[in-house]
Amino acid sequence: MKQAVYEITENIRIAKDIYKMILAGDTSDITKPGQFINIQLEGRYLRRPISVCDYDENTITIIYKVVGGGTEDMSLMLPGTKLDILIGLGNGFDTSKCAGDALLIGGGVGVPPMYNLAKTLISEGKSVSVILGFNTSEDVFYSEEFQALGAKVYVATADGSVGTKGFVTDVMKNLTYSYFFTCGPEPMFKAIEKLASTSGQYSFEERMGCGFGACMGCSCKTKYGNKRICKDGPVLEREEIIW
Amino acid sequence: MVDTKVNLSGLELTNPIIPASGTFGYGYEFAELYDINILGSFSFKGTTKEPRFGNDTPRIAECTEGMINSVGLQNPGIDKVISEELPKLRKCFNKPVVANISGFSIDEYAYCCERIDKEDGVGLIEVNVSCPNVHNGGMSFGTDPKCAAEVTKAVKAVTTKPVYIKLSPNVTDIASIAKACEEAGADGISLINTLMGMRIDLKTGKPVIANKAGGFSGRAIFPVAVRMVYQVYEAVNIPIIGMGGVSTAEDVIELMLAGASAVQVGAENLINPYASKDIVEDLPRVMKKYNITSLKDIIGGAH
Repeated sequence: MKQAVYEITENIRIAKDIYKMILAGDTSDITKPGQFINIQLEGRYLRRPISVCDYDENTITIIYKVVGGGTEDMSLMLPGTKLDILIGLGNGFDTSKCAGDALLIGGGVGVPPMYNLAKTLISEGKSVSVILGFNTSEDVFYSEEFQALGAKVYVATADGSVGTKGFVTDVMKNLTYSYFFTCGPEPMFKAIEKLASTSGQYSFEERMGCGFGACMGCSCKTKYGNKRICKDGPVLEREEIIW
Repeated sequence: MVDTKVNLSGLELTNPIIPASGTFGYGYEFAELYDINILGSFSFKGTTKEPRFGNDTPRIAECTEGMINSVGLQNPGIDKVISEELPKLRKCFNKPVVANISGFSIDEYAYCCERIDKEDGVGLIEVNVSCPNVHNGGMSFGTDPKCAAEVTKAVKAVTTKPVYIKLSPNVTDIASIAKACEEAGADGISLINTLMGMRIDLKTGKPVIANKAGGFSGRAIFPVAVRMVYQVYEAVNIPIIGMGGVSTAEDVIELMLAGASAVQVGAENLINPYASKDIVEDLPRVMKKYNITSLKDIIGGAH
């Protein structure tokens, strides 16, 4: 973990209420896909935890949804704005557990962390299929970006306006895979849990205080004891989760 | 050179800054970020006899200049704290630590305090009779002078180290409770714990926090802390550890002028993990600005 000041170089709308922000600064504390950053916003007491969509040596890309006042403030920020951010938070996905055919399932704002994960798995020589789940066509983002990485991409929308009509599990049931990774809303997790036939990793969301393991605000029970979503998570292995 | 040393019932601190219980874990998360030996001390996570998971989530709600938490005393229990957490803590902190103890009966308070009193690294015992987030315990002891006095007496009977009673601000007359603790033998008073608060989510129409209400902390509560430390200083002759919304070195000076001998930093550590370090490092500058040569000289200076 590291605290530093980052400069916004891009902040654009890419779907309904969904924005992509690129931040410039030192990214050396980000070690794995699936980690998150915690952004201080003027006039807001708590930082805003947002998953890392992608990063390179000098930039971090995040994709966030406007859900309240804090993210609305973010959506209005102009390039050149400087932000105080904690980076390198959370355990991230462990790609070493996946030997071959990876299935990545992202639902809504659970899609962004799947991007760097797909990139990492592909660079490790593993084949990657991605299912992106949204409500309707105007919510859809990043399907082309995943394709450009070399992943096989399936989109599901609840109203059928793009891709398969239905939920991510309506696609998942017809695919073969040897390991899965997922991030998204809990109802989606429960449907995946019922259907999945292999081991996998789930990235959870919880209301956080500090984001770095100090306050115990985001604790959950697992088969291996109490864990903090922010520090011991957000990624938990399927085998340890108590549903 | 300015002198930042303060003294709590014989325990000499190089400076008055003590991260508050529940905002600093058992120290080692912060030791990854900076050398925590620059702190005066720190108060470790509230510890109970049995391990506790705490309350359901969500446990956190944001407020203007503050937050509400309802963690519910999640901790591994006194046995594991002694066998696992303290040895880990000792590797990153070589000064005496403040042991924060909670309980659900007078016997539990006495049991845990007697156990922790025997630990070498413990410099002071802070007895939390003011947790707002657990039912049938904690705060109920701290809202009644007789109960607070009974806990104090029971703990004092089985300990050798200084015992500070951590009081709740959710009372009508804080001075009478502090006085009852002093008469029962307390070596000092810690205050304030969090204020009871609630937020309601307009989208769902329901409280944000699973436990509905929780403890409100952060910069917004600082004036309440100053007022209560001031009142308690008038009522007792034992040292006070002041806390509540402290976020700057200026706040430290202000709380000491109100009557605090040392100052805890709480919620600020959660939004800025370097907050306690920043305050320690900024303190000499602020002392010089206000012509303070020794912090000991200003304690209670506002009276």
